[in-house]
Amino acid sequence: MAWTRKDLLTMRDLDAAEITLLVDSAASLEEIASREIKKVPALRGKTIVNLFYENSTRTRTSFEIAGKWLSADVINFSASGSSAAKGESFLDTAKNIEAMSPDVVVVRHSSSGASEILARAMRCSIVNAGDGCHEHPTQALLDLLTIRERKGHLEGLQVAIVGDIAHSRVARSNIHAMRKLGMTVTVAGPPTLIPPFVGELGVKVSHRLEDAIRDVDVIMMLRLQQERMTGGLIPSLREYSRYWGLTLDKLAAHARPDVLIMHPGPVNRGVELSPEVADGPYSVILDQVAKGVAVRMAVLVLLAGSKAAQA
Amino acid sequence: MKTTTILKGGRVIDPANGVDGVQDVVIVDGRIERVGGAGPMPKGADVIDVAGKVVCPGFIDIHVHLREPGFEYKETVASGTRAAAAGGFTAVACMANTQPVNDNRSITDYILAKARSEGVVRVYPIGAVSRGLEGKVLSEMAELAEAGCVAFSDDGKCVMDANLYRRAMEYTLPFGTPVISHAEDCSLAHGAAMHEGVVSTELGIPGAPAAAEDVMVARDILLAEMTGAHVHIAHLSTATAVRLVREAKARGVRVTAEATPHHLVLTDEAVRSFDGNTKMNPPLRGTRDADAVLEGLIDGTIDCIATDHAPHATSEKEGEFDHAAFGIVGLETAVAVLLDRLVRPGTLALPTLVARLSADPARLLNLPGGSLAPGAAADVTVLDLDARVTVDPKQFRSKSRNTPFAGWQLTGAPVMTIVGGAVVKV
Repeated sequence: MAWTRKDLLTMRDLDAAEITLLVDSAASLEEIASREIKKVPALRGKTIVNLFYENSTRTRTSFEIAGKWLSADVINFSASGSSAAKGESFLDTAKNIEAMSPDVVVVRHSSSGASEILARAMRCSIVNAGDGCHEHPTQALLDLLTIRERKGHLEGLQVAIVGDIAHSRVARSNIHAMRKLGMTVTVAGPPTLIPPFVGELGVKVSHRLEDAIRDVDVIMMLRLQQERMTGGLIPSLREYSRYWGLTLDKLAAHARPDVLIMHPGPVNRGVELSPEVADGPYSVILDQVAKGVAVRMAVLVLLAGSKAAQA
Repeated sequence: MKTTTILKGGRVIDPANGVDGVQDVVIVDGRIERVGGAGPMPKGADVIDVAGKVVCPGFIDIHVHLREPGFEYKETVASGTRAAAAGGFTAVACMANTQPVNDNRSITDYILAKARSEGVVRVYPIGAVSRGLEGKVLSEMAELAEAGCVAFSDDGKCVMDANLYRRAMEYTLPFGTPVISHAEDCSLAHGAAMHEGVVSTELGIPGAPAAAEDVMVARDILLAEMTGAHVHIAHLSTATAVRLVREAKARGVRVTAEATPHHLVLTDEAVRSFDGNTKMNPPLRGTRDADAVLEGLIDGTIDCIATDHAPHATSEKEGEFDHAAFGIVGLETAVAVLLDRLVRPGTLALPTLVARLSADPARLLNLPGGSLAPGAAADVTVLDLDARVTVDPKQFRSKSRNTPFAGWQLTGAPVMTIVGGAVVKV
C-alpha cells in the first residue's frame, strides 16, 4: 500500500490500511531516537514550516525534532492569538508562506477546520497538528503506536476515553481511528462534557468513572480546561476531581491490573490524574511523548516523500 | 397615448385569483388590464412572446438585507434591487440592521429616497423594534409606520426581553404591521457557529440546539395569543417550530412564518466543507428539520418563502469558519434552486411555489402586489422551466458573492422581471 494523499488532516478521512501504514512507518523509524547520531537524510533539502496559532510546546517541539532528524529545514512561525487579532488574515498568512515554497506546513489553530481551509488554499502538504475541537490526527497515531507496542495488537481492545470529550480533538481523532481498527471505545464524563449525539460515532457513553474503567485495556484521561467552569459545564474543580479524577484506589478497585493509563498532556495533576497514577506503573504518558516524534517523522516522510515520487 | 404590453401565450399562474392556464396578460400604462378574455388587441401594443414560459405575479421577498446605509461595501439599494430583479423579485422588504439602524424616520426616508432614485424593484422598509437594536427601548414605531415601514423587527438579533416584545406587539396593533421575530434564545445559542447535532459533534464546532429557536417561537406565539398581535416568524428552521406554528394556527393565533431556500434544500452536512458560505443564522439544520420545514411549506403552516439575503464581503467569509460572518446571499439563486430541487422532482407543486413567493408574502405584510387582478400594478415574474443555468457568483448583480450554491447546475429559472409594466434591465 502506498500513501497517496497530499495532506494529513483528519483520521475520519483515512481508512484502516492508511492508518496501519502510518503506524507501521512510525514503528520502523523509532530506533533513530536511540542512535548516537540522530540524523537521516530522508528530507534533505525540504522545508517544513510549523505554523502555530495556538501555544504548544510539546507538539511543536515534537514536529521540530522530527523534521530535524530527517534533515529537513524547519522553520517555526508562531502567530500569537487569532489571525484576526494579528491584523493579517489567515489566508493572507498562508499565501505569504506559500510564496516561500515550503514542502510541508504543519498547522495548529484554535478554529476547527483551519487545516482543511489551508489545504484547499495551498499547494504544499498540510499536516493538521490540532484544529479547534475537531481533530489531532498525529496524537491519535502516537496513541495507537503506544498501545500496539504494549499490547501487541489493536483489534479487539477496549478503550475508555474520560473527561472533557466535548472540547477534545484528541478524543475525536482517537474515536475515528480506533473504530476503524476494530477497537471498542467508551467515552465517559459528566453529561455536560459529552457532546450530543456522540453515540452515532459508534462509541458507548458512560456517566460513571467506575463503570467506564472496568475491564478496559486502556484508559485515556483528558485534560480538563479551567475555563469549562465559567462556561457553566461543571460546578468546581473540586467536585470534578472527586468524581472524575483517577486515583490508585479507583484503579485498584475497578480496573484490570494490566491497564494502560494514557494522557495527551499537559496533565493537571490532582484534577484528572492523581500524581501517583500519572507517575505510576500503569502510566505510559512519557512513552506517548517519545513515540510522538516517530509518528511525526513517519507523517513527514510519507507526505514530502510521496510528492518527490510524483515529480 | 396609452402604452400597452401583451405577454402572449404563456402559462399564467395567479394563485390570488385562481388562475392557472395559458392566457395572454394585457398591461396598459403599468397596470394589469386583463388576463385572458377576448377583448380587442390594442393597436401598437408591444407584444412579448412568452409561449412555453410561466407568467406569475411579481415575486416578493419579505426578508432581505440591503445594507444601506452603513455597509455599502456589502450591498446598496442599487445593487440589491438589481440582484432582486435578476432573481425574479419585483419587491423586497429590507431589514433594519443598517448603520445607523432603521429605528427612526430619517433612515426610513433615506432608504425610500434611495429606492426611488436608484432602485429597480419596489422596496419596503422594515423598522426596528428597539432603538439601536439594543432590545431596551422601543423605537418610534408610530412614526416609522407613517414613514412607510411595513413591519417591525430586530432581525439579526432576538429581543430577549419578553416584556419589551409584548409591548412592541401591543404598541403596533393599531398600525396593522406585524412584528417579525428572529426567534433565537441567545443564551442557548451562545458561541454557536452551526446547528447542534452529530455533525457539530464530529467537527468540534459549537452548535446551537434546535431548542434555541423553539423556545423563542413558543414564547412569541404565547405573546401573540395574549396581545392579539400578528407575529411573523422569520427563517423558521426546525421541526419543533413547524409543529408549534401549526398548533398555534389551529388555535387561531395570528402567527405566520417564512422559510428560506437554504433551509429547504441544505442540511448541516454541508458544513463539513468548513466553507464560510454554509454559515448562517439560524444554521443549516438536520435532515429531519429540513423535511419538516418542507412539509410545513407544502401544507401552508409556513406561509411564504423569503431568502434572508445577507450580503457579506468575501474577506468576511473565506477564513476560519468560526470567524466567518453569518449569512448568505439569496436573491439571485432562490427561485432557480427551488424550481430545480423542489418543483422539478415533483416535491412541491409549481402553483404552490408561486403562491408562497407572491400572493402569500403580499398578504402577510399587507403589501400591494402578489396578484394579476385587473387594476393591479403590473409586477410580473416570468419563469422558464427549461432554462439551464449554472450558479456563477461572479455574474451576480449583488455586490457580494457569499453563496453556498456556487457551481450548482439548475434547470428552471426566472427569465424576465417586470415592475410597473416595464421590463427591468439587469
